[in-house]
Amino acid sequence: MPGKLKVKIVAGRHLPVMDRASDLTDAFVEVKFGNTTFKTDVYPKSLNPQWNSEWFKFEVDDEELQDEPLQITVLDHDTYSANDAIGKVYIDIDPLLYSEAATVISGWFPIYDTIHGIRGEINVVVKVDLFNDLNRFRQSSCGVKFFCTTSIPKCYRAVIIHGFVEELVVNEDPEYQWIDRIRTPRASNEARQRLISLMSGELQRKIGLKVLEMRGNAVVGYLQCFDLEGESGLVVRAIGTACTLDKLSNTSAFLPACNSPSKEMKESPLVHPPSHGCRSTHNSPIHTATGSRLTQNFSVSVPTLIYTGMGSGSAGKEGGPFKTLLRQQTQSALEQREFPFFTLTTFPPGFLVHVGGVVSARSVKLLDRIHNPDEPETRDAWWAEIRQEIKSHAKALGCHAVVGYSESTSICEEVCILSASGTAAVLNPRFLQDGTMEGCLEQRLSWQPGFFSIGSEKGEVDFFPQSQDSSSLLGIEEASPPGCGFCHIPYDELNMPFPAHLTYCYNCRKQKVPDVLFTTIDLPVEAIVIGKGCLIQARLCRLKKKAQAEANATSISNLLPFMEYEVHTQLMNKLKLRGMNALFGLRIQITVGENMLMGLASATGVYLAALPTPGGIQIAGKTPNDGTYEQHISHMQKKINDTIAKNKELYEINPPELPEEIIGSPIPEPRQRSRLLRSQSESSDEVTELDLSHGKKDAFVLEIDDTDAMEDVHSLLTDVPPPSGFYSCNTEIMPGINNWTPEIQMFTAVRVSRLSNINLTNQTLNKNFNDLCENLLKSLYFKLRSMVPCCLCHVNFTVALPEDELVQIAVTAVAITFDKNQALQANKAPTEKSQQRASTDNEDQLQFPLELCSDPLASQPFPPAKEVLEGASSHTGIPAAQRVMKSQSGSWFTAGTSPEIATSIDYSSFADRCNSWIELIKLKAQTIRRGSIKTTASLDKASPLAEGYLRHRSVPSCTNSTVSVVKMTPLSFLPGAKITKYLGIINMFFIRETTSLREEGGVSGFLHAFIAEVFAMVRAHVAALGGNAVVSYIMKQCVFMENPNKNQAQCLINVSGDAVIFVRESELEMLPVQPSTVVSQPTSSGGDVTT
Amino acid sequence: MTSDLDIFVGNTTLIDEEVYQLWLDGHSVAEAVARRLRGGVLERAGTSVAVLQSDTRDHYRTFQMLERLLHAPPRLLQQLLFQIPPSRQAMLVQRYYAFEESFARELLGKKLSKGTKKDLDEISARTGVSIKSCRRQFDNFKRVFKAVEELRGPLADNIQQLFLLPPPLARDYAAVVFFANSRFETGKRRLQFLTFGDFAACAQHMMLHWTQGALAPEAAEPDGDVPKSFLQDLKELKVLVADKDLLDLHKSLVCTALRGKISVYNEMEANFKPLSRALVNVGGKLTHARDVRDFFVDLVEKVIEPCRSDKWSPADLRLFLGHYTAAPRALPAFRHQALWERYMAVITACLLRMYHD
Repeated sequence: MPGKLKVKIVAGRHLPVMDRASDLTDAFVEVKFGNTTFKTDVYPKSLNPQWNSEWFKFEVDDEELQDEPLQITVLDHDTYSANDAIGKVYIDIDPLLYSEAATVISGWFPIYDTIHGIRGEINVVVKVDLFNDLNRFRQSSCGVKFFCTTSIPKCYRAVIIHGFVEELVVNEDPEYQWIDRIRTPRASNEARQRLISLMSGELQRKIGLKVLEMRGNAVVGYLQCFDLEGESGLVVRAIGTACTLDKLSNTSAFLPACNSPSKEMKESPLVHPPSHGCRSTHNSPIHTATGSRLTQNFSVSVPTLIYTGMGSGSAGKEGGPFKTLLRQQTQSALEQREFPFFTLTTFPPGFLVHVGGVVSARSVKLLDRIHNPDEPETRDAWWAEIRQEIKSHAKALGCHAVVGYSESTSICEEVCILSASGTAAVLNPRFLQDGTMEGCLEQRLSWQPGFFSIGSEKGEVDFFPQSQDSSSLLGIEEASPPGCGFCHIPYDELNMPFPAHLTYCYNCRKQKVPDVLFTTIDLPVEAIVIGKGCLIQARLCRLKKKAQAEANATSISNLLPFMEYEVHTQLMNKLKLRGMNALFGLRIQITVGENMLMGLASATGVYLAALPTPGGIQIAGKTPNDGTYEQHISHMQKKINDTIAKNKELYEINPPELPEEIIGSPIPEPRQRSRLLRSQSESSDEVTELDLSHGKKDAFVLEIDDTDAMEDVHSLLTDVPPPSGFYSCNTEIMPGINNWTPEIQMFTAVRVSRLSNINLTNQTLNKNFNDLCENLLKSLYFKLRSMVPCCLCHVNFTVALPEDELVQIAVTAVAITFDKNQALQANKAPTEKSQQRASTDNEDQLQFPLELCSDPLASQPFPPAKEVLEGASSHTGIPAAQRVMKSQSGSWFTAGTSPEIATSIDYSSFADRCNSWIELIKLKAQTIRRGSIKTTASLDKASPLAEGYLRHRSVPSCTNSTVSVVKMTPLSFLPGAKITKYLGIINMFFIRETTSLREEGGVSGFLHAFIAEVFAMVRAHVAALGGNAVVSYIMKQCVFMENPNKNQAQCLINVSGDAVIFVRESELEMLPVQPSTVVSQPTSSGGDVTT
Repeated sequence: MTSDLDIFVGNTTLIDEEVYQLWLDGHSVAEAVARRLRGGVLERAGTSVAVLQSDTRDHYRTFQMLERLLHAPPRLLQQLLFQIPPSRQAMLVQRYYAFEESFARELLGKKLSKGTKKDLDEISARTGVSIKSCRRQFDNFKRVFKAVEELRGPLADNIQQLFLLPPPLARDYAAVVFFANSRFETGKRRLQFLTFGDFAACAQHMMLHWTQGALAPEAAEPDGDVPKSFLQDLKELKVLVADKDLLDLHKSLVCTALRGKISVYNEMEANFKPLSRALVNVGGKLTHARDVRDFFVDLVEKVIEPCRSDKWSPADLRLFLGHYTAAPRALPAFRHQALWERYMAVITACLLRMYHD
């Protein structure tokens, strides 16, 4: 009996009128946990009852505490007939089970009814007394912390990252049980909500147990999903990354004004590293396989398809001795793991050594009834199979780990597509071994101390090759510079898994890089990016015949490789069209419907300085002798070229020009023109596997051989760039924007469109789908126009095909405003502040017992970094640097500056706006005067943050209202704020149903109200935990079904996120030394209740 | 490809003030879109009509959901469904309860009943305010009326508290409630020159000086009524015109004081008796419901119009009323000094407010 749960029902307000005669309600409350139920007295004739109940106490196992939700039901007492239910509140008490999170849940909760929606509110106080359980064989895992955030949470430090944890539980879906025929929709919905709540509790507990086994104490990047398999059951599955986290206890240490901002920077993922030097290696694009295994006895195996090139094949032979060494070490670290997968998307610097490319696997399954819910072996086996495939793809890319890993399903009737994808990577083994790396993994962006030291050390390494030995002694086998190291290919050049086009890294000139890089992770903080990024989407529809069972599955698996191929081609073309060379946060979603498949890929395109400049797109006509045709072609070619030029300007992509002689690379650097014309097959060794890719033609030559191809080209050009003042990306941070202001607006938009069913062809479908997405984006830009300049971050599209001709698109994203004027000053601010920063950095470095904290740093933190930067902008050490010095001319100015603008960070602020003009002038003067200082400007991007925040002071916080404000964001951070505490995971599942659809404003009115209600319930729970924000918020499922003829609709929504307390930077500085005390009792509105 | 379902929900509820006003003015989605188009939003934001339609529909839906809460503004502050910054909440309430004075003018003194609601089309046609907007405004009046009908204490304060309105708006509502309660006649032709503002000001003076709340805020009777006892007492004032000696004395006192000070001295002297009779009798008649209705008619017919035809300036009237009110202090036989001044304060204020073209 290791726990006592205590619940007190305080009051209700705004209850609905349940008695028409008196226009009043006689309300009472049932409190249920497990099998125990308590009741309050009836509070007669009031819409605002004051129960003020005693404490209801439940004595329960901690296993039960983890699994069960607390269930509060508000009813209307009726003397003569059955009591009428008003609604329910489910409270997940998990956050009370670990010590650092919330201690009490107290506040107003919306009373929710699956038929009527929110009906009034109830004030509840919940506490838990936990006793220590010494039983070693316990089934509970209280104390393991869960985070949805896919990075090391802000106020923690990762001691060890243990690795992948997964679990799934299955059950029958109550909606499909026989009893559903005789019970009310309400009862059925509630049974379902309760079951899912129970299942997620159980799942979380089981994952927790696995974490404890691994000796971890937390799960980061926890992603839980439901598969509504209909007749065959309900699957709840979750994946995550087990870690051992240490709380950064001395929050107060960061508080002094000069420190906290710098700390903050580490926390705000907007931060980019300064550009430090770059050298070394290589890498690759996508590597995908579409396996399709059907049910156990039926299996169609589609040959593995690898993008861009070919061959999945064998891993490359180890290259140099360094690589071998690295590989061995990593291998040993990862070997014990069945699946060396990480659900994280952002990593501490130094963690990612190389990135190979995207690996993905899909498999088509036929669902059959889950016979024994206690042994969900089939589903387990399915996933194990897919993961195995992913693992082998990663191997083929010369990588031992997969990062940014995620899994998803798409179900239509009895067919289910399982998908998994991630980014093959080589990791630094030291982060994975127990104990060796104390303090090494600060935070995800632990960039200042660790960052500077790494950066500068790298810089040295790069500049003075002789020091490499020392660096390898320190444990980095191949001192790859952080700015470009991750781009270097991990596979062997002579034995490439696919015919990539390799060049020497444009940053360090030492190692090979591929010409494009696709990944599923966020842009590493240390990456050197030129210009801004943008959201790139590939959209695709494919009709398929309606079919049953295995025939259906077969036709789907036959279509999949073609879809993947086309999606990839589209992405590639759109990337080129924007003059960019890398994709981050790539997410390809394939949705299956009755008569079609839809593919939607979203990613954020950027220009990585380390990769070669992308070539243009060349159109080739089929009949070259036809004059008018030729003319048409050249007209199109011109349009394409114009678009590319326009995009380059729009996204500020001005890579430095490289005179040929400086390059000096052994691989002859092709001029763009010649490269375009060269066909890939000439330059690559063909691996003998099935090559569905571009075959003899270069990926970027579009051959117009029929009208389809013409359409494709047209559709390429129809993507409209966002209106001015808007940027968008699907990653956490937008490269090139760094001066965020605290105003954010998270939103969900949903559209359902009916496809006209006449003449459905792939082309019209594609066009319709494309228009749907484009129009949706357009309307978002219009809605948010008052926030300009702003950036839509973490734009997350989900596509569903609920019925034959219906397409449903749901988008969740956050719009964040930024300060335009600041951007102009980005260069300048840092220079001025660098001096004052120096001291801070030194102090910070002391907290960071990192391997690299070598002597030169302590004494002179900047010089090495500066050299690095010069290296970065000049590409070939000293000669280039001299070149830079010599030419302070305009042309150099633009070329050299842009990278810095892109990477440096400046948060500052309104106050500056007024001065900006003067400062801009000063800035110009300075830049000119200083000539080569440009580099310095970017190297301490750390500093501007600090100062920026200082000036933010007067940000008004709207706290006058009786309801506390709760911010929501899909990002892991809040701009201009510091997260001081994680209160626990929010994971909620709601069903809403109506039998009076027209009366509720039709489908739009119904869903609009429901989503608003979901937001309200999430906010209420967070506020009751004492929090003021949800980070890493995600709407994982939104299943909408309608039956207009019956005037009915039903919707299921599943959301999750991390409840946190944040403090505005500005407030933080004004507080004395103890902010946490101030913050810890902020919002609970039921303050009148105490024990 | 038609969109069946198209929604946008922000964590902070997006409110477009322009669209809100269009909604309040009773425009349909199509009309609102047309107006926005004319407003040039397309050119500014460079978007399509479809986007504008979807945006307008979204806002309209939000407003429809908010409307229920706007009916009880304190709930808007407490509700959890929409996260709206306080300043925006205030804006929503204020705009929702704002009304057209021309519409309110038409409605003054009418019973806020279903019958009146049926006649709104007519008022709508006369005032040019759309029928939907008329209905909303009418419902607002009625809702406020119902809510404060039985409450004690100053009307305006109650309204402000229950509906979170800014003080000036709350005072206007108090006037509307007061008129609806007292049913003064305002529709007569000769009253047409009076605006809503004139009547509201008069009502405020009456509430300030005459009602129970004016004397004791905790008084038992609702504030909308002028207490019966007070009206009864007003009969006592008739002595001023009924008693010939008093009347003459009163006249001579006023004339002495005003000699040489007003431009219309002769006319005043000539008309003193009918004027005085009118002024006193207006009060004396207030006990009968039917005569109450004529309060403003009488003032206009028997005081304002004669003065106007004699070309009194507003300053003349002010001076005259000042001395006219003050003079009885010097009348030893007149014992209702306090009552007189309480009565005349309102009459004076009303007349001065109403004395214009």
